[in-house]
Amino acid sequence: MSKPKLALYWAASCGGCEIAVLDIKEKILDVDAFFDVVFWPVAVDFKVKDVEAMEDGEIDLCLFNGAVRTSDNDYMAHLLRRKSKLLVAFGSCACEGCIPALSNTTTKTATLDWVFADSPSTVNPDRVMPQTVTETPVGTIELPEFWETVKSLEQVTDVDYYVPGCPPQAHQIWGVLEAVIDILENDKPLPPKGTVLGAGDKTCCDECPRERQEKKIKGFKRIHEVMPDPDQCLLDQGIVCMGPATRSGCGGLCVAVGVPCRGCYGPAPNSKDQGTKMVAALASVIDSDDPEEIERILDGIVDPVGTFYRFSMAHATLGKVVVGTPDSSGNGGES
Amino acid sequence: MTTTTEAPLREPAVVSTEWRPRIIAFLCNWCSYTGADLAGISRIQWDPSVNIVRVMCSGRMDPTFVAKAFSMGADGVIISGCHPGDCHYQEGNYKTLRRFHLLKRLVEGFGIDGERLKLVWVSASEGDEWAATANEMAAKIRALGPLEVSS
Ligand code: SF4
Ligand code: SF4
Ligand code: SF4
Ligand code: FES
Repeated sequence: MSKPKLALYWAASCGGCEIAVLDIKEKILDVDAFFDVVFWPVAVDFKVKDVEAMEDGEIDLCLFNGAVRTSDNDYMAHLLRRKSKLLVAFGSCACEGCIPALSNTTTKTATLDWVFADSPSTVNPDRVMPQTVTETPVGTIELPEFWETVKSLEQVTDVDYYVPGCPPQAHQIWGVLEAVIDILENDKPLPPKGTVLGAGDKTCCDECPRERQEKKIKGFKRIHEVMPDPDQCLLDQGIVCMGPATRSGCGGLCVAVGVPCRGCYGPAPNSKDQGTKMVAALASVIDSDDPEEIERILDGIVDPVGTFYRFSMAHATLGKVVVGTPDSSGNGGES
Repeated sequence: MTTTTEAPLREPAVVSTEWRPRIIAFLCNWCSYTGADLAGISRIQWDPSVNIVRVMCSGRMDPTFVAKAFSMGADGVIISGCHPGDCHYQEGNYKTLRRFHLLKRLVEGFGIDGERLKLVWVSASEGDEWAATANEMAAKIRALGPLEVSS
């Protein structure tokens, strides 16, 4: 019997999700023994044309990491969707946009200007910008189109399952692969479509080793400004921690070592918007009934949008509202 | 119980093509909704672009509701609860107050003018205040113009 086929792909990705798969260490040999790896640009030398030549649905499982921000990412998302029986949004970028989608707070032009001309480490006096088509003496060179907005995988194509995390933790990745192997080997039923795999169904706080007393606070502090108590909840100590608005699954990795949760496992179960959930969570720890004092306390939260949606900007509810051209700071602005 | 204008239907002489803002107002059941109802009973007219959603307490206002209203095409959102100290559930409006200030920062962070989100306290006897709030907000949103939403 031929082996089930496995594909892994990276779109707008940092590569961390690819490395995370290798973090399962020698278990990768079990993966290789069970699956026929038919496409994995970072590790195996198959080309896009090999995928294009496959029958539709020929790939049994495709782990797709990275967000969708170029026409090429979009093409690959649709291609792999067509060729795969199961398409998994793997990692925060594919699940909800992650770091690449933070650029949704600004425009394509502003992003390109910064990256190719204005950043301090760039010398580009003629402001040469990437073109989708360039004629050269040796022929025509084409580049993918850079999109105005970064999208998650489900915003461009149909997704079967989600594995959150930036990157997903190795033990969770192996758990998912092991479950898939078991399902395919023993003809077991698949979990319902849309299931979040490799994560918990609570919040990060539920896995946190710290003691939470739901204290009220008079001011927020940033992590580099204090030496946090090793056993108390960070939020109780006035440090912005995304734990209450974040899905469990990592085992409380950051909070266990004294770093606040940044929210990489995405929105908590039963909530779609990490930011508005965080507004409710943070507001509830503020110890004041006085508008002016509340404002002063809130001044301690630097960049609420970037902090609350660091990993889920592509799915931010308010991101749907179209406002005018952004000002030079890169923030949107109405006027 | 209805609270929107109960003026008799009249055929408008000219069909207006003027843009009419969409304002969503979340009113707590015990004070503000009753206040708006009083305005209705007293036949005080207020701007019809304000659409009321009744919630049991302003403290029930999940910030997600506000985000959702904007994402579904609201040009402005009002949250109204009992005056401080008067909340039927004791603390609900203080909770709202704290959420509101942070939510406003979030809304502004997305480039939306903070004036499009308003928090007021309206008691059950303040029909006039409710009408004035609604009219003021409608005028402000008319001046700011529409917000567009991507699909
Ligand atoms: S989810 Fe994180 S680790 Fe994975 S590609 Fe995106 S940024 Fe990199
Ligand atoms: S807020 Fe952060 S530190 Fe506090 S319990 Fe939750 S995850 Fe732990
Ligand atoms: S603690 Fe938060 S940021 Fe850290 S790994 Fe877990 S979910 Fe991600
Ligand atoms: S019942 Fe009116 S604000 Fe709580």
